[in-house]
Amino acid sequence: MLKFLLQGLALSSLTERAPPPADDAMAELASRLESASRRKLGRSLSIREVDAGSCNACELEIHALNNAFYDLERFGLRFVASPRHADVLLVTGPMTKNMREAVERTYAATPDPKWVVAVGDCACSGGLYAESYACEGGVDKVIPVDLHIRGCPPEPVALLEGLIALVEA
Amino acid sequence: MALETTELKESMFRGDPVAHARGWPRHVVDRATWLEIVVGLAEGQGDLLGLWSDGEAVHMAVMERAARGFAIVTLECPDKSYPSVGRLHPPALRLERAIRDIYGVEAEESPDARRWLDHGRWGVRRPGAAAPSTDAPNMADSYEFLPVEGAGLHQIPVGPVHAGIIEPGHFRFTANGELVVRLEERLGYTHKGVETLMAGATLARGARLAGRVSGDSTVAYAIAFAGAVESALEMKVPRRAVYLRALMAELERLANHFGDIGAICNDAAFALMNAHCGVVRERFLRANRQCFGHRLLMDRVTIGGVTADVTPGAQNQLRKLVEETKALVPRLIELFGDTTSLQDRTVGTGHASSELVSKFGCGGVVGRASGRAFDARRTPGYAPYEELSFTLGASTEGDVDARVWVRFDEVRSSLSLVEQILDILPGGEWKNEAVPAPGAMREGVALVEGFRGDILAWVRIGADGMLERCQLRDPSWFQWPLLEAAIERNIVADFPLLNKSFNCSYSGTDL
Ligand code: SF4
Repeated sequence: MLKFLLQGLALSSLTERAPPPADDAMAELASRLESASRRKLGRSLSIREVDAGSCNACELEIHALNNAFYDLERFGLRFVASPRHADVLLVTGPMTKNMREAVERTYAATPDPKWVVAVGDCACSGGLYAESYACEGGVDKVIPVDLHIRGCPPEPVALLEGLIALVEA
Repeated sequence: MALETTELKESMFRGDPVAHARGWPRHVVDRATWLEIVVGLAEGQGDLLGLWSDGEAVHMAVMERAARGFAIVTLECPDKSYPSVGRLHPPALRLERAIRDIYGVEAEESPDARRWLDHGRWGVRRPGAAAPSTDAPNMADSYEFLPVEGAGLHQIPVGPVHAGIIEPGHFRFTANGELVVRLEERLGYTHKGVETLMAGATLARGARLAGRVSGDSTVAYAIAFAGAVESALEMKVPRRAVYLRALMAELERLANHFGDIGAICNDAAFALMNAHCGVVRERFLRANRQCFGHRLLMDRVTIGGVTADVTPGAQNQLRKLVEETKALVPRLIELFGDTTSLQDRTVGTGHASSELVSKFGCGGVVGRASGRAFDARRTPGYAPYEELSFTLGASTEGDVDARVWVRFDEVRSSLSLVEQILDILPGGEWKNEAVPAPGAMREGVALVEGFRGDILAWVRIGADGMLERCQLRDPSWFQWPLLEAAIERNIVADFPLLNKSFNCSYSGTDL
């Protein structure tokens, strides 16, 4: 194991250059956010991920943000275990009715100021499930959304661009 | 009720054959035969592969063990009820509860009459029935967990929102100190109404929905759905497409197994393995994108073929990646096997007994790590696997450790399968442009091995070419209940580790 660890030190880093913040994300955020909340939050953000009925592929790509290539934490962004520690709720899925109350309670448990990011086509508008009796059809039907990141699922770079826009906004 | 013992393989082929059923024979049986089959399952003569309804009848897919025969049996339910399968054969219990919630067809004398997918929040009852009911009292909070009594017991409710980035579900632990004496799962939070959305959908929309039942198994689901439709419409798939499908399926398996191995070790606080596996997984996802244009390969398998071909340049890149990964795997194995702190957490933890695994017809890594050597690529088998050589991961230990080792075995097999496929990839067409008009009602079925186990797909297509009913049964239906058994007598803190080693799908079973 020691060998493995030492080899890891000798290799060059895998981490890639940061993408610039997405333009449309910056525009969306500029219209939603007050600079006051930005100042309060500073340049690091704690993110609580909430699955509101996704197919789990959005989660897989969110997971990928933690791998050595994207290394989310270098941007001051990190995932936390509780909404009480979070500045940002990252919500996926078409907002199933069975998850509605849990999402509302998670939102209520997140201290102000807070931002909500809808990740994936499902979270943005209900996606393929928009017509279903079992779905609300989009996160903004239940809680206010500050930023939409589309894709099915969005690729990690698209997620990064959106999240970096949050830190920069 | 006196129950006679008959040979399962006799009863499952009795009754009136359904002429338009393709793939496997389907027979409409009477109640007595239905019960005989249930008894045969309970006696271990066969495995339940699926149980579903269309509001008018219930259908049961069965595999007879000795001769490995596959069939579907149907019982008409004019009274909207049928003799419970789960009463004698517990693996059917949750499927029955789901049927009742969606179609309003009741299992008679069911030992568990609680709702399952219906949390009382849809604003409608029996959404899949011909006459859904809108008098939907809010019974959201009336769900009763099974009682647990004893001195010094306490309950720990967890979820549906968890601490990690995982799917939502509720776990109710009853513990004595740190020791878990009972775990009860309550799922259904990701229920999206997929079956109802499928009914009346075009085949193209059906394929997109099928590819999103469980996002980590999108290729396997797409192959299963396409396979069922192709069997219904008696379509031939071009040889190149068959190989490309298998290539995508093995790439999916590899990415998921690496992800799981890393995540299991991470839950034992061994982040180094997660870091290494995360890099390998990411490389495969990038290769997927390079080869087929999507990291997770969604919508790349379609009815009649595939939607993307792989260029020679991308093939070479893939070959290089497989070679590098092959060189890395022994070192990952060394890292896993030689790290005593990790072994301390995984060996003997979360034991799934071979009896239960066999009874539940538990597929995938969970089944094979407890001695159930079943793999749909072998039985019933499908193209092109009979032309490829591979070994199945196997263990009889049944603990977290065994499930990691089986994943390592299967990683090696899949790497070799990718090489074999690249070696013999046939040329020619890779899509079948026109989906033929059915002309009359058609039915088809397919059983496909995803990374989690066998996925059953059954479709009924109307004369107009629209989907009438599509049933997609995730392997997790038969694995979730085992998780409840495997945690008993383990400590609460080992649950994440154990849960990860099963890695059951929420979305795949909530549908
Ligand atoms: S947006 Fe796509 S990937 Fe994300 S949850 Fe919805 S279907 Fe799955």
